[in-house]
Amino acid sequence: MEEINFEKSMEKLEKIAEELERDDLSLDDSVKLFEEGMELSKKCNESLQKAEKKITVIIDEQEKNFIPSEE
Amino acid sequence: MEIEPITVEELNKYIKTKIDGDEFLNNVYVRGEISNFKLHYTGHMYFTLKDEKSLVKCIMFKSYTPYLSFMPKDGMKVCILGSVSVFERDGVYQIYAKGMKQDGIGSLYEEYEKLKAKLEKEGLFDETHKKQVPRFSKTIGVLTSSTGAVIRDIINVSTRRNPNVHIRLIPVPVQGPGAEIKIAEAIEKMNREKLADVIIVGRGGGSIEDLWPFNEEIVARAIYNSKLPIISAVGHETDFTIADFVADLRAPTPSAAAELAVPNIEDVKYTISQYENKYKVALKRKHELMKMRFEKCMSRRAFKEPMQKINEQYINIDMYTKSLNNSILNKINNSKMKFNNVITKIDALSPMKTMARGYAITEKDGKIIKKAADLEVGDEITLKYIDGEARAKIQS
Repeated sequence: MEEINFEKSMEKLEKIAEELERDDLSLDDSVKLFEEGMELSKKCNESLQKAEKKITVIIDEQEKNFIPSEE
Repeated sequence: MEIEPITVEELNKYIKTKIDGDEFLNNVYVRGEISNFKLHYTGHMYFTLKDEKSLVKCIMFKSYTPYLSFMPKDGMKVCILGSVSVFERDGVYQIYAKGMKQDGIGSLYEEYEKLKAKLEKEGLFDETHKKQVPRFSKTIGVLTSSTGAVIRDIINVSTRRNPNVHIRLIPVPVQGPGAEIKIAEAIEKMNREKLADVIIVGRGGGSIEDLWPFNEEIVARAIYNSKLPIISAVGHETDFTIADFVADLRAPTPSAAAELAVPNIEDVKYTISQYENKYKVALKRKHELMKMRFEKCMSRRAFKEPMQKINEQYINIDMYTKSLNNSILNKINNSKMKFNNVITKIDALSPMKTMARGYAITEKDGKIIKKAADLEVGDEITLKYIDGEARAKIQS
């Protein structure tokens, strides 16, 4: 899987949505774009979930390691 | 009557008593120039004070010499505070000096202003040359007297703010002759051996003479050349020495210098935790924003109702089919109408009506015969009447 960053993927996804909403787009092209969009959406979703998981882990770990000072 | 003589000792004693009993002589302040200066190995100073017309012997015991802000030299113009008394053995009176200052304090100010102007012109005070005092120094180098309030204040303040801070003191005299050399050497030593992250150079308050080592060029240059940042804390807040101008940072008091050099560990901890929170919130927020952006995009018509385009096409197809049907039906109806019109017209012209009046149509081999010339004798013909046909043969 091609690694592109989240923002770039999002931009592309939004562009595809815009394209798809155009009335003069051919049905064949629409199907192709829709397919591409769905694949991108999957990637974006995975990225988001991965990030969310990571953030949770970091915060949890940090709170676990945090030793309150005794002063 | 003979006069009973007295001894020399008795005379000198008498004179001594006279002089010692004189209030004015107990506390004199005398101006003059030093000559015959001798620093005895016992630590006492012997010299003569003179002006154009007179001279007087002077002695300063070693118990007073440490308070001198300068080393007396022959030719130096000074003012001496002391008492006049008699040295009985030699029969001489002399000044027992308790204090001494260089005459013409005005000249010290002049010297100060001159050096300040010179160093400023050279760029020793330039802001651009000033080094940043590190925010988190581990080792604080201190150059001051090992006794006295300054080092105590610095230790108190520093360790209160950060118990783990390391203080490294190089004791130096902070007043009196030669102090400036010791201070400059200590600065160089700190640099050479990298003994600290930041240096505090300071002393407590005092007279301009007391602070004088910090107005010496050698100290100014040592501070300027120091690779380690230097905080100066000389005298009181109102005292500005040349060292203060050259230093990377000037503290109004030694305690303030310690505060500048050592961050309060509690503040630092608090700041760090603030940042941690900020990062956490920022990261979460960023994530939320991205999630929202994603969800918004995915809830757009294009993704949410992908069938819409196709459904639209179905509607189109239905519409076209309907219109196709309509047009074909119209066409059929039109044709029917046209046909009926034609039929009506045809009906009007129909031969049947003529035939009903008694006319017949002659046909030969299925073709209508319009002229007699088209017939020959013997031809078989069909005669069509309104109600049927009859066959006949041409006879003539």
